[in-house]
Amino acid sequence: MLTLNVNGTTHQVDVPGDMPLLWVIRDILKLTGTKFGCGIAQCGACTVHMDGKPVRSCVLPVQSVAGQEITTIEGISEKPLARKVQRAWLDHEVAQCGYCQSGQIMSALALLNDQTSINDHAIDLAMAGNLCRCATYTRIREAIKDVSESVGVWQP
Amino acid sequence: MKDQQVKLEMASRRRFLKGISAALGGLVVGAWLPPMAPKSAAAEAVAQGKASLGDSLADGFGAFVRVGHDGRVALISPKAEMGQGIQTGIAMMVAEELEVGLDQIDIQEAPPNAELYTDALLQFQATGGSTSTRYTWEPLRRAGATARMLLVRAAASVWETDSNLCHARDGKVFGPTGQKISYGDLVDLAATYALPDDVILKRPEDFHLIGTPATRLDTPTKVNGQAKFTIDLDMPGMLITSARACPVYGGKVRQVDDKAARRVPGVRDIVILEDVVAVTATNTWACFQGLKALNIEWDYGANSKIDSAVVDQKLQDAIQRDGVVATEKGAIDASLQAASSKFEAVYEQPFLSRSPLEPMSCVVHVRDDGCDLWVGTQVPGFAQQTAAAVTGLKPEQVKVHNQWIGGAFGRRLDFDFITQAVRIASKVSYPVKLTWSREEDMTHDLYRPQYADRMTAAVNGEGFPVGWQHRIAGGSIFARYVGSLPASGVDPDAVEVAVDPIYKLDSLKVHFIREEPEVVPVSWWRGVGVLRSTFAIECFVDELAHNAGKDPLSYRKTLLAHKPRVLTALDLLASKVAWDSPVPRGRGRGLAVGEVFGSIVVTMVELSAIGEKGVRIERLVTVVDCGLVTNPTSVKAQMEGGTLFGLSAALFNEIDIKGGQVQQENFHAYRQLRISEAPPVEVHIVPSAEAPGGVGEAGTALIGPALLNAVNATFGDRVRRLPLVRSGYFIA
Repeated sequence: MLTLNVNGTTHQVDVPGDMPLLWVIRDILKLTGTKFGCGIAQCGACTVHMDGKPVRSCVLPVQSVAGQEITTIEGISEKPLARKVQRAWLDHEVAQCGYCQSGQIMSALALLNDQTSINDHAIDLAMAGNLCRCATYTRIREAIKDVSESVGVWQP
Repeated sequence: MKDQQVKLEMASRRRFLKGISAALGGLVVGAWLPPMAPKSAAAEAVAQGKASLGDSLADGFGAFVRVGHDGRVALISPKAEMGQGIQTGIAMMVAEELEVGLDQIDIQEAPPNAELYTDALLQFQATGGSTSTRYTWEPLRRAGATARMLLVRAAASVWETDSNLCHARDGKVFGPTGQKISYGDLVDLAATYALPDDVILKRPEDFHLIGTPATRLDTPTKVNGQAKFTIDLDMPGMLITSARACPVYGGKVRQVDDKAARRVPGVRDIVILEDVVAVTATNTWACFQGLKALNIEWDYGANSKIDSAVVDQKLQDAIQRDGVVATEKGAIDASLQAASSKFEAVYEQPFLSRSPLEPMSCVVHVRDDGCDLWVGTQVPGFAQQTAAAVTGLKPEQVKVHNQWIGGAFGRRLDFDFITQAVRIASKVSYPVKLTWSREEDMTHDLYRPQYADRMTAAVNGEGFPVGWQHRIAGGSIFARYVGSLPASGVDPDAVEVAVDPIYKLDSLKVHFIREEPEVVPVSWWRGVGVLRSTFAIECFVDELAHNAGKDPLSYRKTLLAHKPRVLTALDLLASKVAWDSPVPRGRGRGLAVGEVFGSIVVTMVELSAIGEKGVRIERLVTVVDCGLVTNPTSVKAQMEGGTLFGLSAALFNEIDIKGGQVQQENFHAYRQLRISEAPPVEVHIVPSAEAPGGVGEAGTALIGPALLNAVNATFGDRVRRLPLVRSGYFIA
């Protein structure tokens, strides 16, 4: 049995320690907002927060995250900054198929949580690990810029 | 042109349909023939949207629109949502004519029913080919308008007044003295009326919703993790399954040692099929681990001797031959003999994978009395047919619950993974959710064919083409999808655009030279024949302009004097990018133009050279005239995304074969454009009252040639083979 803290709730899970966090989240805890895209940390669809930092849950053995605070897309909606990000995503009509967008939003939120100064280069660095096959990149950039401006951290 | 294009499409789809029944003949007979079968008058009326409301008001059945007692409108979408925003688009069409708000509409997925949901352009029930807006534009608005007319008549009857004195707005009917009744209260009475014969659609100048940037209906749950795709579904008693098919296409399983796999915690069953081995387990990770632990001995078969070089050589040989003549206008041989000069070039394009981000996935429950499929599919009818064929059930015993699709790009026009899921599910007693690993997905895709185009022009004294010969060599998707080529021997998709180029030519001859790669199955992509032809033609015309020492934009305009809409689009582009002003040193601009999927697109790429081979994209501008626009936000989004999707492929992508096996297994080897490399795409929409055109694949069609033409303008290097990185260039 492993003890996991996901979205503020403690779970006891009976899984092999090498099972990636992604599959524990999706198949055991049934939180399917976090997506599977590649399994080798190339696409970012599985991005969640570990103690506020973005991590690729598809390559993170669950035993390595015991005791850490894990946040998934389902756990962010109470946070004012996250709501701003989600709002910006809707205002800019970012999503097309939407499959990668949980991961995109988790990466964007981590950037906004972490940085006191954001510009295009910071967006490149923070978001380059998240693929979007629909190529919604222009709108992702605009949405992040929009939130950055509204919270006063946009420094071009 | 548009009429011709639609006629060509219709003709090709008709041939396609005949072929489809042949292809399915071995598996399925009879049930899937409706587009060619005579329709009852009632079915015809329903399909046209006429009967939809009347029937729905009676007791629940309407092809497209059902209005409930609570006033909510169920819209049964004949089109799958895969990110293109079509379900919002058709909701706008219905809401506009029915006079309800978008927030009153609930979208449901249409079940397989060729009689009701056949796309008149595709001639089968499918979402693809950039036809959705073009097809739904009339019948869906008609469905909404019919409903509105019946509801207004019902209200007029209640008030004992004339329908003409009443009007509908916001889900209510208003009378001459200020009375109002909600639609929900009128449903029962309206259902007793015969359908109106004279359904009148609104005039575009009266639209208040169509043409406005409406918010997508599906996006709120796509930003909070609540949206469900096939891969997210869970059913009582369901187990996960994942599969490994023979790494070589056409190979078989010889024997399997599954002892180690059975010891993996969570693994339940090992299912061994002729060409596939599957593991079922309580979770996906256990499936993947189980598959890894299998010791499978394969019989790779004949394809294991084939490498990319073999495919290359076959195409090089093929393109030197003549093929089946797809079209011949004027006398090209005489033109070539009389020409003051000739010019010839060969353009090559590689195998491509679709690789949508949601790996192939399908939930199936096979029982003695029926089968349920929960799957995102572009072809619900084929999904039903294949499940019936595998299980021996009747098609009507197979229920298809279509789902939102996590990217398709043609991938879910194929149903190989559905067939596989049903084959696995038929061997176990519980529902299964098939989830492919990315590696399985990329190496068992069906691939956009590798192609070669040889173009030979007769050029007059002013440097303009009098005519050209266009030879197209490659595998036939049509033949693979349908089972055989039409009697003509020409793949109608492969020669699209080539047989009807936009430029004015006195003579034209197009050959289709079928050269099947055999080593991998070929299939649809985000545009296929249209893209291939447009790539070859637009690179070629750019070369002709260059050879003539003429500006590539004004050169094209001279050849397009008969195409006023195209000229308008070209002029708009020229003004947006200040085409006539000089380009800074070290930079170059490339252009491409096309009439594709019923829309006109002009794309311009501006590059700067960083050293000898470093490419920086400075600017990317596209102008689209797609006729009357339903949702400008969606049009822009499709043009942006489609253009960058095509840019990713044009820069980086190529599927290689070694020993019969696809070498690219995951995104590290099949590189996709990332945000740090993606230029902004400036989209300009030409205001137009023409019939709607498609936009899903339109941007993708123009970026490849625009990019290579820009490379020539910047580096003085005429690259004729995609992807660009193959020629040593890199993104700087």
